[in-house]
Amino acid sequence: MQKEFKKAFEVSIPVMMGYLVLGFAFGLLLVSMSYDWYLAPLMSVFIYAGALQFVAIGFFNAKMGFIDIAIASLFINIRQSFYGLSLLKRFKDTKPFKNYLIFALTDETYGLLTSIKEDKTLSKKHFYFYLAALNQSYWIFGTLLGSIIGLNIHFNTAGLEFSLTALFVVLCLEQYKNLRNIYPFLIGGSSALFSLCFVSSDKMLIASIVISIISLLVLKSRVINEQ
Amino acid sequence: MNNNEIYIAIVIMALVNYATRLFPFLFFRKKELPAFLVYIEKYFPAVIMTILVLYTLKDISFVTVPYGFKEISGIIFTGLLHIFLRNYLVSIFLGTLFYMILIQYF
Repeated sequence: MQKEFKKAFEVSIPVMMGYLVLGFAFGLLLVSMSYDWYLAPLMSVFIYAGALQFVAIGFFNAKMGFIDIAIASLFINIRQSFYGLSLLKRFKDTKPFKNYLIFALTDETYGLLTSIKEDKTLSKKHFYFYLAALNQSYWIFGTLLGSIIGLNIHFNTAGLEFSLTALFVVLCLEQYKNLRNIYPFLIGGSSALFSLCFVSSDKMLIASIVISIISLLVLKSRVINEQ
Repeated sequence: MNNNEIYIAIVIMALVNYATRLFPFLFFRKKELPAFLVYIEKYFPAVIMTILVLYTLKDISFVTVPYGFKEISGIIFTGLLHIFLRNYLVSIFLGTLFYMILIQYF
């Protein structure tokens, strides 16, 4: 048991830095918009999805409808639906931790789980569980720290919301590095611009998603041939 | 939103999020993925990330002074940092700091 925890901690260190800092920013941002401080850690415990939690602040501000929230959340996180595919085998025989492992499958945890080499001397299910739980604990701790510090130390936070924009700019660049294909970005960009111009701002995200999926399917052969 | 509405929203997001992570474990134990899903899987993340960049700027006016100049500068600054340094924490942190300085002092 001890050995598995030690190995999991070592492997999780790179994620620790990222989750503490981003979690901190998330907590700070939510509190800076005068929402209750405990909402941020509550979200990190029960939702545990970085991009979605950041975007959720926008849902709260815009008083978005519940159905729209469900649809938007589905499409923001749909990439995760494909993560499990490469883990079906690895997650066999991981009971009683399997449900938690699936719940805790963030981008970063997925990245670690699929890249580490298997060590036959370790109990696989305990190692996976510690790794997943450590990562979530960093995220919760960062969030808690951000919301408590944001509550007690007052400084001018104007412009802090740009951290969200910056996060997605970085994620776009990472996507481009992998795809080397400009079409999905053009489709996303033009769908969003169209919706910004012609749809009310609380429906903008849903409209963009619908238009972009239709465009993606219509332009399928062009997108693929660009490769 | 008031707190009760936020609680409902959190429950919805928690359930949808868990459902997206659980999906393949329920439906694709043996079968191959349909071709159109493979296609969506590959390209949709790039599409949604681009949409989200613009979504975060939806309340910025690009037709009045300064025409979104600060936002566009912030994006270019963040992007360049990321292209040259390739460290996402540094890019996000310094990009946000750069934008906050633009907003608060100019």
